[in-house]
Amino acid sequence: MLKIENVYKTFNKGTINEKVALKGLNLEMEEGDFITVIGGNGAGKSTMLNMIAGVYPVDEGSIIIDGKDVTGEPDYKRAKYLGRVFQDPMLGTAADMELQENLALAYRRGKRFGLKWGLPVREKAIYREKLATLGLGLEDRLATKVGLLSGGQRQAITLLMATLQRPRVLLLDEHTAALDPKTAAKVLELTNEIVGENNLTTLMVTHNMRDAIRMGNRLVMMNDGRIIYDVRGEEKEKLEVSDLLQKFTEVSGEEFANDRMMLQ
Amino acid sequence: MAMVVLAGLDPMALFRALPGAFAQGLLWGIVGIGVFITFKVLDIPDLTIDGTLATGGATAVMCILAGMSAPTAMIIATLVGAAAGLLTGFFHTTLGIPAILAGILSQIALYSINLNIMGRSNQAVSVDQYHLIISLRFIPKAILVAVIFNIVIMAATYWFMGTEYGTTLRATGCNQAMANAQGINTKKVIVVGLILSNALVGLAGGLIAQYQGNADVNMGRGAIVIGLAAVIIGLVLGESIFGKRLNFVGRMTFVIIGAIIYYIVITVVLWLGFPSDDMKLFSAIVVAIFLAVPYLSGKKKASFRKAGGKR
Repeated sequence: MLKIENVYKTFNKGTINEKVALKGLNLEMEEGDFITVIGGNGAGKSTMLNMIAGVYPVDEGSIIIDGKDVTGEPDYKRAKYLGRVFQDPMLGTAADMELQENLALAYRRGKRFGLKWGLPVREKAIYREKLATLGLGLEDRLATKVGLLSGGQRQAITLLMATLQRPRVLLLDEHTAALDPKTAAKVLELTNEIVGENNLTTLMVTHNMRDAIRMGNRLVMMNDGRIIYDVRGEEKEKLEVSDLLQKFTEVSGEEFANDRMMLQ
Repeated sequence: MAMVVLAGLDPMALFRALPGAFAQGLLWGIVGIGVFITFKVLDIPDLTIDGTLATGGATAVMCILAGMSAPTAMIIATLVGAAAGLLTGFFHTTLGIPAILAGILSQIALYSINLNIMGRSNQAVSVDQYHLIISLRFIPKAILVAVIFNIVIMAATYWFMGTEYGTTLRATGCNQAMANAQGINTKKVIVVGLILSNALVGLAGGLIAQYQGNADVNMGRGAIVIGLAAVIIGLVLGESIFGKRLNFVGRMTFVIIGAIIYYIVITVVLWLGFPSDDMKLFSAIVVAIFLAVPYLSGKKKASFRKAGGKR
């Protein structure tokens, strides 16, 4: 479904701020895989997602989505294959536009935007129904400006928008990191529901090891621009946080000292 | 002292000047809608229009002098205005020049282009010799024509912004990351927005040139400030009356009202005896005040001084 082949990326090449983010990254995702991604700061987790989404071009290597080489396509062209939820809840929605207008855009993701009316009345019922599945009471607030909603609500909406048109791959970039614990738990629960019901191929970056173990069918650990550990199925289900810490020390030769990583 | 000044004024002179101010305000309302598209919807201050307005005027006047009908001349003026927007869009999106600078570059380039179009700095077109659509010689008819243009342009803009493509334009102005993630080519959308805005300004230039009976290479100087004044005065007024209920059509209507208020205020200020040389200074002050109002009133609600005073 998704194939990352030998991808290299260096930011600010030739300057004092040069940062090698990806060093020959390889990853192959099967249809229906739900992979959680963990790793320390600067391991290249977000860069990997940005490379898949086409936010920046790769220096070397290729990205293949559903058999199609998209390496040369910019982000807006790849959008038809991808659903994205960002870490910042403000990034996924247009604050000055109504909830239903945001959904109408997502409903047309990857299609041609023409001169037909942008928000046909018949679609409102679909949006209302989809919003009801979130269980946040948003189905009665179709005409509300998204900017008036909370971060958690906006993140739930972004998740819905990312999956309104079935994406080939769903990219979640620490999408609960900016939320309070209770809201984060709710959004994760919704994530599990939506991914499970639609059997979506999903790549989720998280800094919470417990979530990484608990969710999905496969877990990868990144370090220094590469994948250093890839575990799936039964073996993954038996994982403990202590195993991950040990694995990290083993492979990287360093202590997993990272204040952002939740250890328990 | 004040009494002496007021006693020297002729109320009838003001009364006679007001319909003209109203007509001019309506024409500049079209410029206001152009500025509304870039400044408010796309969130890009586009300075091209100082050049575009004169380009529209020059094109329309030269076409009419060459024997074309006024409507044809105005269609050409609109298209040339659109081309000016395309130029700025090219500078901004393809060459990566910051929007403000891209607009300034086009504006300066247009100055020379406008001189070339007219062959000199000023070209007159007399309503006695040509069939003009609008002229200050017939104010009631001018107001009627201007109102019709405003209604048609508002309806067209409202329709466009409600279409799928128009929605992508609004999303791009609001959140580019989100727009990209929905598959919107934001660079292209920005160029389209600049084209539309400048097409409207070109059209307004054609109308204004006919109205005043000439095109001048300097007729667009400060157009962006007047356009901003219309947008800001209109929206501040509209939001203070209707608050959050002010919808898209309402906002455009108030932009036009803003332009009318601007011209009426200018007329009153001139009538009070202020020198016309100072009008641009006056405009700048008015726009600065209205731009500062939202910032300062926000600061008043939550200021460091107030926070410090609690202790």
